[in-house]
Amino acid sequence: MYGAAANPNGHGHNYILEVTLEGEPDPVSGMIFDLKRLKDIIQQSVIEPMDHRFLNHEVPPFDKVVPTAENVAVEIWDRLQPQLHGGPARLQNVRLYETEDLYVDYGGEAS
Amino acid sequence: MIRVTRRYRFAASHRLHSDNLSEEQNRDLYGKCNNPYGHGHDYVLEVTVAGPRDQRSGLVAPIASLDKLVSSEVLQDFDHRFFNADVREFAELVPTSENIIRVIEERLKTRWDTVFPGGWPRLEAIWLQETKRNRFELNETENAR
Repeated sequence: MYGAAANPNGHGHNYILEVTLEGEPDPVSGMIFDLKRLKDIIQQSVIEPMDHRFLNHEVPPFDKVVPTAENVAVEIWDRLQPQLHGGPARLQNVRLYETEDLYVDYGGEAS
Repeated sequence: MIRVTRRYRFAASHRLHSDNLSEEQNRDLYGKCNNPYGHGHDYVLEVTVAGPRDQRSGLVAPIASLDKLVSSEVLQDFDHRFFNADVREFAELVPTSENIIRVIEERLKTRWDTVFPGGWPRLEAIWLQETKRNRFELNETENAR
């Protein structure tokens, strides 16, 4: 099923994460979301806990859930989405590149 | 629903020329692309599949199966070939990227259900880049509407 990706001691990726928000610009600020705040949210919820970590051992729920690109993208969505609604903008898509030639897109269960 | 996109590359050449047009009309319409001996591109192909995650594997699709399908149905026949002379569909069809993307769709769909029995994942989109300035996209969901 997983081929070389199942090797017991794991392997690494230089993941690239793209987070897309959608909304109408606020009439005063001209922005749909404060990018500085977005950066802080992503930093705190995703980058700090996941960067340079062995997902299977160090980042729950991947001690129990297989850290496929699909599962990691959904986990990132679940971490970000509650912090990104209620305002004019909403989380529209999470794109996770595992390599240059393989990426996954997730837009929530409704999509 | 999750979309998984895989990128492939192939090099191929083509000549844009329609038998339904005169020599002059062909030159006017296709310009340099009508030059008699063809010209080549380093094509980039993206295939997007969509579906739910398999409960046990956490995967939308085994990527090795998709790779095998794209390789056997598309890359093996297209890579380092002259579309007009070497690929059967283009004996009479002009190998524009629009037509190439349709042929890729047909070829993938022919064996899709054998490779992915059970209905998932579905073919979601095909994206073909001819040069850094031209790309073409076929979206299956929009197509079905």
